Amino acid sequence: MKTGVQKIVEKYGKDKTRLMDILIDVQSEFGFIPREITVQIADDLGMSEVDVDQTISFYHFFSQRPTGKYHIFLNNSAVAYMMGRKEVADTFTKELGINFNEVTPDGLVGLFETSCIGMNDQEPAAIINNRIFTKLTPFRAKEIVRDIKEGKDIDDMIVADYGDGENRSDLIKSVVTNNIRKIGPILERNHKPGQAIEKISKMTPEQVIDEVKRSNIRGRGGAGFPTGMKWEFCRNAPGEKKYIFCNADEGEPGTFKDRVVLTERARLLFEGMVIAGYAVGATEGILYIRHEYKYLQTYLESILKAARDVNYLGKNILGKKGFNFDIRIQFGAGAYVCGEESALIESAEGKRGEPRDRPPFPVEKGYLDMPTVVNNVETLCAVVKVILNGGEWYKSFGTTESTGTKLLSISGDCKFPGVYEVEWGFSINDILDMVGAHNEEVQAVQVGGPSGAIIASNEFNRILGYEDLATGGSLIIIGKNRDILTDIVLNFTEFFIEESCGSCSTCRIIPTLLKNKLVKILNARGVKQDIDDMVEWGKILKASRCGLGQTAANPILSSIKNFRPLYEEKIQKNKVFDSGFDMNAAVKESCEVTGRVPNI
Amino acid sequence: MSKPIVATTSLAGCFGCHMSVLDIDDRILELIELVEFNKSPIDDIKKFSKKCDIGLIEGGCCNSENIHVLKDFRENCRILVSVGECAIMGGLPAMRNGIAIQECLEEAYVNGPTVVSNEEVIFPNDPELPMLLDRVYPCHEIVKIDYFLPGCPPRADLIWEALVALVTGDEMKLPYEVVKFD
Ligand SMILES: Cc1cc2nc3c(=O)[nH]c(=O)nc-3n(C[C@H](O)[C@H](O)[C@H](O)COP(=O)(O)O)c2cc1C
Ligand code: SF4
Ligand code: SF4
Ligand code: FES
Repeated sequence: MKTGVQKIVEKYGKDKTRLMDILIDVQSEFGFIPREITVQIADDLGMSEVDVDQTISFYHFFSQRPTGKYHIFLNNSAVAYMMGRKEVADTFTKELGINFNEVTPDGLVGLFETSCIGMNDQEPAAIINNRIFTKLTPFRAKEIVRDIKEGKDIDDMIVADYGDGENRSDLIKSVVTNNIRKIGPILERNHKPGQAIEKISKMTPEQVIDEVKRSNIRGRGGAGFPTGMKWEFCRNAPGEKKYIFCNADEGEPGTFKDRVVLTERARLLFEGMVIAGYAVGATEGILYIRHEYKYLQTYLESILKAARDVNYLGKNILGKKGFNFDIRIQFGAGAYVCGEESALIESAEGKRGEPRDRPPFPVEKGYLDMPTVVNNVETLCAVVKVILNGGEWYKSFGTTESTGTKLLSISGDCKFPGVYEVEWGFSINDILDMVGAHNEEVQAVQVGGPSGAIIASNEFNRILGYEDLATGGSLIIIGKNRDILTDIVLNFTEFFIEESCGSCSTCRIIPTLLKNKLVKILNARGVKQDIDDMVEWGKILKASRCGLGQTAANPILSSIKNFRPLYEEKIQKNKVFDSGFDMNAAVKESCEVTGRVPNI
Repeated sequence: MSKPIVATTSLAGCFGCHMSVLDIDDRILELIELVEFNKSPIDDIKKFSKKCDIGLIEGGCCNSENIHVLKDFRENCRILVSVGECAIMGGLPAMRNGIAIQECLEEAYVNGPTVVSNEEVIFPNDPELPMLLDRVYPCHEIVKIDYFLPGCPPRADLIWEALVALVTGDEMKLPYEVVKFD
């Protein structure tokens, strides 16, 4: 074990900023990170043990106790439940004889919950030993358990045909399907890799930035910051080295378009990173990918290698002296908050993914304190087309304020879940039509994932765009038969509770209080004051440090705003106060332990 | 006009908050002029003998008895005040929240350093005893609480000012020194 760990640490040059990679390798080799190894890593890297512990304990996919030879991480997103997750979960617990968060006594199987794994178009889905299993059914769960008990190799457990496109390639071999339903100028098939790199090698960096500015493109990761301006800030910021990060953390439940881009248009993405590097004067790019997409690793690395072979990456790119740029892949280890750009940087430096205070912004002081651009996968792909066809061309798509196209990840109650590239300016009604969801069967649409808003049919004429419904692209369609408060709002609120980094007291505490209120209302113990309290307390979350806490009340606030009757019909009309306290439930445990009959 | 009536109790608290009431020093003479006490450890009245205006609650709720007393207070007092961290947030006793009851009882009655011997592992279980709750609850999670006086314990000055304000209806003086906690 000792030499194994030593090898891993040496593989990363005994560099403590590569702690994530070290831990990922250790976790995958030993199935968990035992105390002795933590101590050894700390020694080898010249760090304190608690510093290593901090990183380990932060991430969902690191474990300090054995997780079993086979570890099943079953996604618990709202859409997974909509598609039958409960029955699948029950089958797993029954067949394995354990609860979630437990390992079978023989150490064979561990069963765990996990937040949205970016497969909302093919739920219920699970990750088993880094392989993705989609569209699970109770029958399939039984089969999987049987195969595990027979000791089958994980790759032999895949019985469905591999998915479409590159998912079938030897380097991926996954059952995941792309579900690309609509192709536009970004996803189009005929892109010739390297063209844009050739073009910029004849331009100055300033010209590149000008072209991007001309397109008016704004970041596709959610915040919508103008990309050209971001690059310019970074270019002008003093620093010996600069970095380009591609944010492929894609943790917002309901979003999966970056997964599809990584699978089908990775060359385009890498080209976009090269362009960004050239424009800001960076020589190193880091693609930060969520751990859930680890199944794409070998494939993506092969593409990087191929790009190096033809000198689209490396030194003196295309013969241009001083045009140096290379890319490495950094995996996360399961934490939604790491999608927040400063948390992403912290994580890539080997630390807990805790957002930083801003200012300074990453463009001034980012990775290793150097000026850093963080852009979403889609933004970087779009930029390639902007360079090839010009900013004016790009502006011909979309609306005045929202130029270009947007990749939408659409899931939930519709016939054709998947990825759609549409121009900004589509209305929700247009979209429902497009995805095969009949307006009259749709109760609500969740726009922008849990951090976005849930809207009702009277607003289906609103349009997607920064001027109206800004979105990172997740749309979840909620049918008439769904119970919005339980199926959606409660699930999303629990998601935020689970994913908070815990730094701000607001974000650490208020979502739990809101959840308690919601549960109380669901249990028919609520009163009007509870609704009012939720609205008031939700506001306090705006004082949180990052977008996670700032939006954590959105599921509750936006459903109170747009679906208030759902709350009102559940509260007690004849009472102004009810604490919801239940004496029977409260004394149950102690009476059991002491062998008493409750006398209340 | 008859004097406003005050009741006080200590639930899952350490009596420190009551000590802090006494810490108003000679103002206690003024207090007696200002209010009449009913159920309270201060005068040892065990049962409410009339409706009260103000109830001061020290401590949160850790057992069924606390719940009954608190509800009794709510029924008999026009205004209820949570006094001190234990009443407001559960305080020190809430350290047990998150630890299984079994473990808590084992620590107290089997493994604790002061246990002489309990080889049969007997936990107190007389029906007369209050039943432990699954966790320690702050008072406002049981009944409606009208005001909160923070501190562990709240300073005597804060309690005094609050009482006077409640009785006279004047606005409460809250200088920084009274509510800072560092
Ligand atoms: C909690 C949280 C999660 C985020 N997750 C992502 C993500 O998964 N992908 C992403 O591109 N941006 C995400 N963002 C936004 C990033 O902070 C950042 O704005 C974005 O990556 C910038 O790229 P862009 O300008 O190309 O949009 C997240 C923000 C927050 C607050
Ligand atoms: S808002 Fe939440 S996730 Fe963001 S920094 Fe604060 S505690 Fe962490
Ligand atoms: S708040 Fe402090 S002083 Fe008051 S009862 Fe609790 S521990 Fe004792
Ligand atoms: S609030 Fe608990 S230590 Fe400050």
